[in-house]
Amino acid sequence: MLSRVADAIYWMCRYVERAENVARFVDVNEHLMLDLPPGLPTQWSPLVKITGDSAEFSTRYRAADQEEVEWFLTFDSENPNSILSSLRAARENARSIREIISSAVWREINELYLYVEHHAARRSSPQHDFLQHVIRASHGIEGASYATLSHGAPWHFGRIGRLLERADKTTRVIDMRYFVLRPSLNDVGSPAEDLHWTAVLQSVSALEMYRQRHGTVRLDSVAEFLILDAYFPRSVRNCLRRANNSLHSISKAPLGTYGNEAERRLGRLVADLDYTAIGEVIVAGLHEFLDDTQVKLNSVGDALQDTFFSPRQHRHSGGTAGFANV
Amino acid sequence: MRFDSYETGGFYDELFLADGTPRPEFRSLVDRIESLPLGDLLARQQAAERNLMHMGITFNVYGEDTGTERIFPFDLVPRLVAAEDWDRIERGLQQRIRALNLFCDDIYHERKIVKDGIVPAEIIESAEGLRRECVGQNPPQGVWCHVTGTDIVRDGDGQVYVLEDNLRVPSGVSYVLQNRAMMKRTFPRVFRGLGVRPVVDYPGRLLAMLEDVAPRSAAGLEVVVLTPGPYNSAYFEHSFLAQQMGVELVEGRDLVVEDDTVFMRTTTGLERVHVIYRRIDDDFLDPEVFRPDSMLGVPGLMRAYRRGRVTLVNAPGTGVADDKVIYAYVPQIVRYYLGEDMIVPNVPTYMCWDAKQRQHVLENIDKLVVKPANESGGYGLLIGPHATEAEREEFRRRIRDDCRNYIAQPTLSLSRVPTLIEDHFEGRHVDLRPFILYGREIYVLPGGLTRVALREGSLVVNSSQGGGSKDTWVLAGPGQGAAPGRDPS
Repeated sequence: MLSRVADAIYWMCRYVERAENVARFVDVNEHLMLDLPPGLPTQWSPLVKITGDSAEFSTRYRAADQEEVEWFLTFDSENPNSILSSLRAARENARSIREIISSAVWREINELYLYVEHHAARRSSPQHDFLQHVIRASHGIEGASYATLSHGAPWHFGRIGRLLERADKTTRVIDMRYFVLRPSLNDVGSPAEDLHWTAVLQSVSALEMYRQRHGTVRLDSVAEFLILDAYFPRSVRNCLRRANNSLHSISKAPLGTYGNEAERRLGRLVADLDYTAIGEVIVAGLHEFLDDTQVKLNSVGDALQDTFFSPRQHRHSGGTAGFANV
Repeated sequence: MRFDSYETGGFYDELFLADGTPRPEFRSLVDRIESLPLGDLLARQQAAERNLMHMGITFNVYGEDTGTERIFPFDLVPRLVAAEDWDRIERGLQQRIRALNLFCDDIYHERKIVKDGIVPAEIIESAEGLRRECVGQNPPQGVWCHVTGTDIVRDGDGQVYVLEDNLRVPSGVSYVLQNRAMMKRTFPRVFRGLGVRPVVDYPGRLLAMLEDVAPRSAAGLEVVVLTPGPYNSAYFEHSFLAQQMGVELVEGRDLVVEDDTVFMRTTTGLERVHVIYRRIDDDFLDPEVFRPDSMLGVPGLMRAYRRGRVTLVNAPGTGVADDKVIYAYVPQIVRYYLGEDMIVPNVPTYMCWDAKQRQHVLENIDKLVVKPANESGGYGLLIGPHATEAEREEFRRRIRDDCRNYIAQPTLSLSRVPTLIEDHFEGRHVDLRPFILYGREIYVLPGGLTRVALREGSLVVNSSQGGGSKDTWVLAGPGQGAAPGRDPS
């Protein structure tokens, strides 16, 4: 398949997944704030911090209140990671490979973009129904891809994009705790703490599956579930194992070996997670562990770029006016 | 929904006779439309347009903000063509393409038609579409004009004329296929049993043609569609055709020429390409040979082409036969190469480079349509009867300054077709663009893009200027296959 096509389908899926996760963050935070005991200040700035957009936000916004943060994350077309911008980028990538993806996938993406654009034009604040629609439509796109695209190289590249993005976003939502102001120093086990971890689980649709596996909500169990669980489809380890399988399906190299730098980096990260115990992570520092994982995920993305999307043995031509995938 | 208050308004109407009764061969269509309730038709029209938007079947408007997308407006009342009418059109187009293809081959070899004094050398030399880089080229099967979208019109007296030869990169066939798919979905009852000839096999025939003209040695044949990219106004069509043929859609940056051979960049390395259905103008194909600032093309592509390592469709240089001054010579061209009279005639054309004809044009500009020789898309033309005196004066000046590049034709009274306007039918002017494929043989798709000028009284059908489209139903004659009937939904 064309390198450009691999690049486009990878980013198409990544951007859809990004939009879905931002919708999850905004929706859950709203619910969390409503459940806070009276007297505690509402907190919206952590949302901007976990998406890594603080610098961008502070240059153009004054107050990190609900209205401003919601607008920034949802409809702000100057924020490259807003739901609107992500879906626009997803759609532009989809448009450039319409002949590769099925009509069903294209239609789902196009409709979702038109829906979000319509709401952005009305300048309404994003309501629960809207955010849920974005999440469901993202599932619809994933489902349409699974059910209507041949499971060949293009589909695998898309799946890698979606799963790397999901793994990254899961690390970020766990790390949210690091940025939230705590009501007191001795808050472990407090009602606010429980509420927080419950909200984190909800934000990745994990509460029900977590209950079946661990029961009561506790920091180490939540971290274990969202980072290391072998079966939950949004845990970091599960996402990366499946991404690794897709990578090997493309290269045909046996699992446990590597034929290119992307396989080497991702395989190593998966192997690390396979043999990590949660106790080690907590002792060494959860925030530091998550930060390190994000850096490693980025390096996998870089290796994919060099190996498949713009391989070095190819001469670079000028290229046409296009869109930057970031 | 009734046609009771419908007026043909003194124009040739494709569906009705002057006395307001349906043409006998189309009576059953009129009956079927009349049996639909008004609200039903309007709802179907809206559903059809919503569907176009959701499927992203849109075109980009130049000169407006990027991201401005419009659907090509679609009217539900089809344009019908009777079997015997079509038979003549089909033979006329085959004749015309055969002759124009021989003309291209001659122009890039011996130029016998010039030596024999049929077409003046200076007209050839000054044609903007002439590509001297193509002299001596021998494309496979001797075919230059692989894909043509000829514009034809019907005048007030019912006579069908060829208005324009689009021999370079004609677009619109994707709308023919989409319109048909939509009509079958929207109106299965109306469609069923009328004997409409199918168009659905166009992508298959296009692919077969592309394979027919591959370089002789090609093993493991790789065909691609070359697009300028997603911001081109016809991008939807490029992607649609590639998808329907099951071939790669490439941009210039996906291709690379090494050792005078074309390859595409894939995730597993370079892969040989044999046939390029290019939807990029000659000028942008190869910055080494044509415009050096082209970012859309592929450096070295013409080297590979000239060595016969890759086939370009259409061949570079066909624009020479697409010049509107050359158009005026097509009757002589057909007679010269084929020894035949034209089956579908040209519109009478005045060439402004000829002093006598120019004088006539300058004096009668208020009755004429003036066209630049090398524009398309309906840009830069003057419709004399509809123009202001200032606009006419401006064109008189342009003609005097640059007489080679202008032609003029009588203002035709284009035929009309009933069109749904708000909640009733009104007549609107139409043209027709059939599509012709030339590989081992010449194939004319039975149908084509009927473009309709949606503004009342307007004669300009171009999508960029307020035009819409209709499905074109060519009725099957005896022994001709029609679309199979479908169960009413």
